Formats: sequence, structure tokens, C-alpha cells
Amino acid sequence: MSEPIRVKLPTILRKHAGGEPLVDAEGSTVRELLSDLESRYPGITKNVVTPEGGLHRFVNVYVNDEDVRYLGSLETNVQNGDTVSILPAVAGG
Amino acid sequence: MIRIDKGLFDEMVAHGLSNLPNEACGVLAGKEGRPVKFFPMTNADGSPLTYRFEPKESLRVWNEIEDEGFEQLAIFHTHTHTEAYPSVTDRKRAMWADSDQPSFPDTYYLIVSLEDRAAPVLRAFRILDGGAVSEEDVTIG
Ligand SMILES: [Zn+2]
Repeated sequence: MSEPIRVKLPTILRKHAGGEPLVDAEGSTVRELLSDLESRYPGITKNVVTPEGGLHRFVNVYVNDEDVRYLGSLETNVQNGDTVSILPAVAGG
Repeated sequence: MIRIDKGLFDEMVAHGLSNLPNEACGVLAGKEGRPVKFFPMTNADGSPLTYRFEPKESLRVWNEIEDEGFEQLAIFHTHTHTEAYPSVTDRKRAMWADSDQPSFPDTYYLIVSLEDRAAPVLRAFRILDGGAVSEEDVTIG
């Protein structure tokens, strides 16, 4: 059984978690962590993981200070003591 | 209604001009609705047509804003050859992960047009549900 990991939520997702900016979740990879988060707060990861199973192009996920796109994307390992942050990719034209 | 010190406005314009021919972007942090600090961001797209906050800088600035007790008052970017009005892309990308909900409903979008390099034009907006645009009053000084 893996240990809880802290997840820092973007403002838009906090409403799913009773307004909390930081929540705990479990998993050994980012994908498992997001799946656990979804079971705790249904709807929270909607659109974060695409129907094809990848990370949405305009959502950034970080393990500590690192962008998971430069690690193993959703298969990036996470462990106790890590902070995972989810942020919208701020973009436009 | 947002009022921006001339100094902060000049910082935004200088960042915009120094990024030409590409679009420039950044965040204006505030306290109780008043702008206090401009964070210039790297445009990860490096494009004259689009912008995207460099992801690691984005996290660092986001954390700094929260740690300092600031709010993310405005998201800034430049238009290099068009008017200072949200483009279709601006409205689409302002939505959370292709939903119809804006990621930052309480944040102003500040657009500076550098169409005329010598006379930058600043306008302010909110981008609402479904990408609807509401223009807001903005004053400099
Ligand atoms: Zn734009």
C-alpha cells in the first residue's frame, strides 16, 4: 500500500474538494494518483486525462518542481513526501 | 475596473517590445484588487501568433503569488499585429481543459496591442463561461 501524497489543486478544481487547495491521494504513478483523486472527488480529473488516456495538452502536472512531460508523463513515479501540482497551461493567441 | 500604475504598465510594454517579433506574456499579481507586481513569463511557443507560459516558470510564479498572499490579478499578453481584443484562440484556451468553464473566472486578461510600436494600446477583459468576453474598464496611472 502506497503512502499519501499531497496534491495541490488549481483554483478551478478546488470546488470538487470542498474548497481545499491541498488534498491527499495515493498511488505509485501520476496516473494512479489521479485515478485515486477521482475516486475521492468524482469529476475532479474530468478532461485532465483524455479519452485516449493521455494528459490533456493544456493541463500541466508537476511532481515537486518538475513538469511530468519531461519525466514519464502519467507514468512518472511518485512517492511519500512528493507534492504533485496541477495547473492550467496558460495560453492563447 | 482595474487601475494600473504607469510603472507596471511600462514594464509590461517593455517586456512586449523586447519579445518582438513574438508575442510576450506574464502575470500581474495584486493585493486587494490593486496591481503590485509584474511577473514577465517566457513564451514557450516562441511565436508571433500564440503564447504559452513556460510551465516551470508558471508553477514557480503561481507558488510565489500564493506564498506572498497575492492574487493572480491579471494574465497579460501582447498582440503583435492585431487589435487588443481576445482572439478565438484566447477564448478557447481560457477554458479549463476544453470544458466550457474558464480556468480563471476572476482574473483579468490584459492585452496590449503593439500594432503601432510607438503607441501601445491596452485593453482589459474577463473571459467567462463558454468563452464569452466582457470588456472591463482599465486606467493607467
Ligand atoms: Zn491574444
